Amino acid sequence: MRFGLSDDQALLQDSVRRTLERDGELATVRRFAEGDTAPAQTIHDALVELGLPLVLVPEAQGGLGLGVLEAALIQEMLGRYVAPSSFAPSYGMAVAALSRVGANEWLSQIASGEVIMGVATNEMIDSRENAAAQIKDNTITGQVRFVLGAELATHYLIATPQGLGIVARQDVKETALTTIDKTRHIVALDLNTPCAVLEDTSDATQHMINIGRVLLAADTLGAANMMLEKAVDYAKEREQFNRPIGSFQAVKHLCAEMAAQLEPCRALVWYAAYAQSNAEKEEAALMSRLAVSHLAEVGKFVARTATEVHGGMGFTDLLGLHYWFKRIGFNRQILGSPEIVRAEAANAQWKI
Amino acid sequence: MDLTATQEYEDFRAEVRAFLQAHKGEAPALASRAVRGETRLAWQKTLMAHGYAARTIAKDYGGYGAPPDPLKSRIIAEEFTNAKVPGAMAGQGISMLVPTLLELGTEEQKQKYVAPTLRGEMVWCQGYSEPGAGSDLASLRTAAVVDGDDFIINGQKIWTSTAQFADMIFCLVRTEPDAPKHHGISYLLFPMDTPGIEVRPLMTMTGYAEFNEVFFTDVRVPTTSIVGKRGEGWAVANATLTHERGMLGDPDAALSRLNAIADIMQAETMDGTPLMHNAVYRDRLVALQAEVYAMKFNGMRLTSNSIHKKSSGMAGLIVKLQGCELNHRLAELAIDVMGAYGILYDDSPFLRDSGMWQMHYMFDLGLIIGGGSAQIQKNIISERGLGLPREPKASRNDKSEPRAEKKNP
Repeated sequence: MRFGLSDDQALLQDSVRRTLERDGELATVRRFAEGDTAPAQTIHDALVELGLPLVLVPEAQGGLGLGVLEAALIQEMLGRYVAPSSFAPSYGMAVAALSRVGANEWLSQIASGEVIMGVATNEMIDSRENAAAQIKDNTITGQVRFVLGAELATHYLIATPQGLGIVARQDVKETALTTIDKTRHIVALDLNTPCAVLEDTSDATQHMINIGRVLLAADTLGAANMMLEKAVDYAKEREQFNRPIGSFQAVKHLCAEMAAQLEPCRALVWYAAYAQSNAEKEEAALMSRLAVSHLAEVGKFVARTATEVHGGMGFTDLLGLHYWFKRIGFNRQILGSPEIVRAEAANAQWKI
Repeated sequence: MDLTATQEYEDFRAEVRAFLQAHKGEAPALASRAVRGETRLAWQKTLMAHGYAARTIAKDYGGYGAPPDPLKSRIIAEEFTNAKVPGAMAGQGISMLVPTLLELGTEEQKQKYVAPTLRGEMVWCQGYSEPGAGSDLASLRTAAVVDGDDFIINGQKIWTSTAQFADMIFCLVRTEPDAPKHHGISYLLFPMDTPGIEVRPLMTMTGYAEFNEVFFTDVRVPTTSIVGKRGEGWAVANATLTHERGMLGDPDAALSRLNAIADIMQAETMDGTPLMHNAVYRDRLVALQAEVYAMKFNGMRLTSNSIHKKSSGMAGLIVKLQGCELNHRLAELAIDVMGAYGILYDDSPFLRDSGMWQMHYMFDLGLIIGGGSAQIQKNIISERGLGLPREPKASRNDKSEPRAEKKNP
């Protein structure tokens, strides 16, 4: 029995860490945030060089055929370095759904790099103002919002009550959404477009949402851990009253509370990811919901507390700490805010 | 991650289940608070015979002699929890003194104390805290002065659970009043019926006296009662405290509490509708469920690390703080879910679950404070885990405090 990473898994995560330390430094993130899309491509290319985007693509379609845990380990590092990347939607969610429905041709095209998929699931989770997409006679209509993966997408995979629709990006009307989190590009789509239809007879939509949530949880884990490390480093360096502020219990206890809440999250994320590839579907869905909703809460706590430990500096743009704060805030609301996700978990377990 | 059970462990789990099926009728009630009692002692004997108590302790000392296997220990804990059957006794003698003696005791001490303690026949209490020495335990002042072949002990201990039943005490005393405070302490073992010991129950907010105060007036015990050397009791005590921290915050216990609350929410109705339909209660339940699983998996990570001989660092340091907080918040939800019925206590009409949740709610606050308070835990996490600087404090070589208790006139 091993509850933890294998040597290969630890090595994989470390290789992503080293790559992102090189290509994902804060200056790069700032460039992306200011509108230069090149950094997303640079980071993507660096991951491609390691073969990593294809982690979930089956070997028969040219991928690595690894598990969701490996994907989560990659995503944790992307969160740690607030990296502009469409890894979670394009290579986690979309690949999971396409594998589930056996769309091998699409998977091969993803493996060859011809296709990069953005994904739209928001209206299946939390539709406001009746926003929705429908498929009829191979045409998709309606409006979907909070579409993920617009950094690099060539196509969009859209979940609807009638199954999954795929459209080419140039065929749809797209509106960019401006969010607090400048490390991601998301869009809304107005649809009245012929589309490829994949019938969903195997809970592929739910599976894709489960995996998206596990990856969001992993992203928050990485981002929150980085914020904690930065807070601890700052508390060791910064002196007031002739002492490092980290020697004051008022400050060190904040750091301890962050660590105490965050550390068990690592085991939860590991297990939730592992469960997607190894457990029954009820357990996989439960663990995904528990992981994303819990990381949303702990992430929020760490984001504000780590900022507070930095004092006034944490509030400025100089340190760029706010990129982590906002990334965690984005993760909390997307694919279902914590209350919505917990209601799903309760309904599934106790049949209300 | 590899959580698939090998055949050996599948078989072991089946073995534990078969045992429970065959023997659970002999077990005492889960809620029984009795320290002694024939049923409890007989059950302990049965558990020891099958290796479900004293499992890894050498046969020479009365144990079962199985090699340490954290996974098997975990399987035993899981299966007993699932079957709602009480597991091995876990008093302070078994959980804290026995490991300490096995590590630091003389052969004679091991032979004399370990086996009867494991069988539950010899009950121990812990004489550590004093009215003036809580978080700063090393400032303790209960004095032991050598007189011929004996120590003469004067002073007072507090928070001494089971002192009223205990046969023996393991006790920290100041033997070297002029040494720096951490170097003047010795660790003694002596019978509670020694003349000069008075036990007074300490009533707590639960309405029960879970603890006692223990007073020593010219208590005479042989100098051979010592574990380790004179003045080295602090190191001996720290070995024991490590065992105590490992004892608290069992993640499987939290999971059964959570499931019990879910049961209440389905069984209790308000205007004919189960409380599970209340969205706010449900939200709190699932939020706690996530935390319970996070701690359960954190516990599995610790087990796995100990199997693979890896150190756990932060994952281990946070267990006492988080585990106790979580248990307390579970009790809080159970009470809130019961509404007005949640305040019923003792033997009131309409009482739910024998008043267990109020008892947990109050007693678990005690556990947050005891065994290294939450604030001390945060110091440990931030200093040992995160490497933050220590709070400036009096030097460890400071001889100005604390002095041994003056002998009562």
